[in-house]
Amino acid sequence: MSAALLDVDHVSKRFVKQKSLGERIASVLGAGRKSEIVRAVSDVSLSVHKGEVIGLVGESGCGKSTLGRIIAGIYTPSDGNVLFDQKPVAKQQGRRTSKLTTRIQMVHQDPFASLNPRMRIGDTVAEGPVTHRIVKAREADGYVADLLARVGLDPSYRRRFPHQFSGGQRQRIAIARALAMKPDLLVLDEPVASLDVSIQAQVLNLFMDLRRDLDLTAIFISHDLGVVRHVSDRVAIMYLGRIVELSPTADLYAAPNHPYTKALFESVPRIGVGRRNFHPIAGEIPSPLNPPNGCHFHPRCPFAGPRCRAEAPPLTAIGSGRFSACHLNTGGTA
Amino acid sequence: MSAPAETRWSRLSQFWSDFRQSPVAVAALIIIATIVLMAILAPLVAPQDPYNQEALELFDARLEPGEIGSGGYVHWLGTDAAGRDVFSAILYGLRTSLIVGVLAGTFALVLGGVVGLIAAYYGGRIEALIMRVIDLQLSLPAILLALVLVAMLGQGLPQLVAALVTAQYAYFARTTHGAASAERRKDYIEAALSTPIPARQVLFRHLLPNALPPLIVVATVQVANSIALEATLSFLGLGLPLTQPSLGSLISNGFQFLLSGRYWISIYPGIALMLTVVAINLVGDQVRTILNPRRSR
Repeated sequence: MSAALLDVDHVSKRFVKQKSLGERIASVLGAGRKSEIVRAVSDVSLSVHKGEVIGLVGESGCGKSTLGRIIAGIYTPSDGNVLFDQKPVAKQQGRRTSKLTTRIQMVHQDPFASLNPRMRIGDTVAEGPVTHRIVKAREADGYVADLLARVGLDPSYRRRFPHQFSGGQRQRIAIARALAMKPDLLVLDEPVASLDVSIQAQVLNLFMDLRRDLDLTAIFISHDLGVVRHVSDRVAIMYLGRIVELSPTADLYAAPNHPYTKALFESVPRIGVGRRNFHPIAGEIPSPLNPPNGCHFHPRCPFAGPRCRAEAPPLTAIGSGRFSACHLNTGGTA
Repeated sequence: MSAPAETRWSRLSQFWSDFRQSPVAVAALIIIATIVLMAILAPLVAPQDPYNQEALELFDARLEPGEIGSGGYVHWLGTDAAGRDVFSAILYGLRTSLIVGVLAGTFALVLGGVVGLIAAYYGGRIEALIMRVIDLQLSLPAILLALVLVAMLGQGLPQLVAALVTAQYAYFARTTHGAASAERRKDYIEAALSTPIPARQVLFRHLLPNALPPLIVVATVQVANSIALEATLSFLGLGLPLTQPSLGSLISNGFQFLLSGRYWISIYPGIALMLTVVAINLVGDQVRTILNPRRSR
């Protein structure tokens, strides 16, 4: 296979809770608490090839959005590198992150928050490409009209404000804004999670059409296994900051390997199947402030053994293009 | 859905129909409009030019309200010790007071807005430094700060405006900082930064317009405060020189006659000042009520 378009190389992201002035004084005096560190993403590696769509799945709080934001250049990783076309995506300047490429664009989850309420949507869509001279300012109007038509909106809407649109229409506008930058990679952070189910289908179909017409490469973040199956070529399952399984979509849905993946599939209620086949995962997702030792999933895993408590399983190949992080594949849990 | 041209219009008309809900605010707005109009048209409305020393007759000094002076017209609000028509003096004084108030309010808005925006946008040490300076300044009474500054800078319109701006920008900075900090965390800012749009453009095209509504409210109140502050300084003899009288210096001008029964020299400029400040505050209150998103519709 050709060289990867995007290389996520052993990336970790820690968030340190800023201490208040009082707490800092207390810690100088020796009475302070330890600073709280959230390990949102730990040691994740992933390669994305041109033209493929990777689904990123996990429960809320598993770090999938953080990983998406690292890839989109909104955060820089605490450890590891994100290379796009062999070049870093963003760099850290003091406390600020500055993004180095325009070729990765992101679509946010909530279309009610991701559009500037006081800017006409045509200006919102045109701002990026005009700033980066992808189009000339006087040609921007036609460019925006084409983009709006492409995402299924009437081009005459471009002088309206976001509050005049429905959620689905706003998400189309957000997609148009991302496409306006002519990106090579699109990061979609739960793009349909906040929409009504009927609208979800419309936006997903739009994404499928765009993917076919524009040969998009994308990372599709979702907690919805059904949605991900529909749109992605490969799926990465995340649990508490780590990728636990990475597999071509068809193989994963046919035969999930990791106990967490299995549990996820079993927890999906299905129409026509008896109540007895519905098994929610036992227990709560642990706090990323204080993750369990060893395999992060062991407190909830029915197969957990002593090895799981002591040693974190690495993501290892279990078949062609399939990876799973479970001791069951590498000599058992004892 | 309405066409875009109607959008701005319909927002404005929505704003106006909300504003009309309070008859007091409408009355206050009418008072402000009248005051501003009379101040602008002072040379046409006023029976006398109070700056023209040669037109003043000492013979007309301290006439009571309603008396007819040597000019042959009624001094409705009386005259002062120099024979100046109080009504005319008030109109010209209003000009000065309004100019000072609006100038100081506008400059304080711009300065405070930029400072607050920078603090909210950059965060960290810059924010901590700026906001502590603002806190420090807000802990001092504005009048004290303005007094010290006027004493240092000397008399004159630019000096006075500078002193008022310095004394008042902190209110704007605090308000902008609060509003902008809340907006800063929203997704549309992140979306703009991740495009990437340059920081300055995000600051002025995205953050500022969304932090503006609370600032407009503070601005109306602060214009009134500037007028009152300037009047206080002038009353204490530290504002503008008497050759360029404002309402404050007019009040101070008649202060010595208050106890001798010639109340009109001080009281009428005082009423004019009070009317102006109260009217502006009432309008500001109504604007705040309308712009409050939690208000029940």
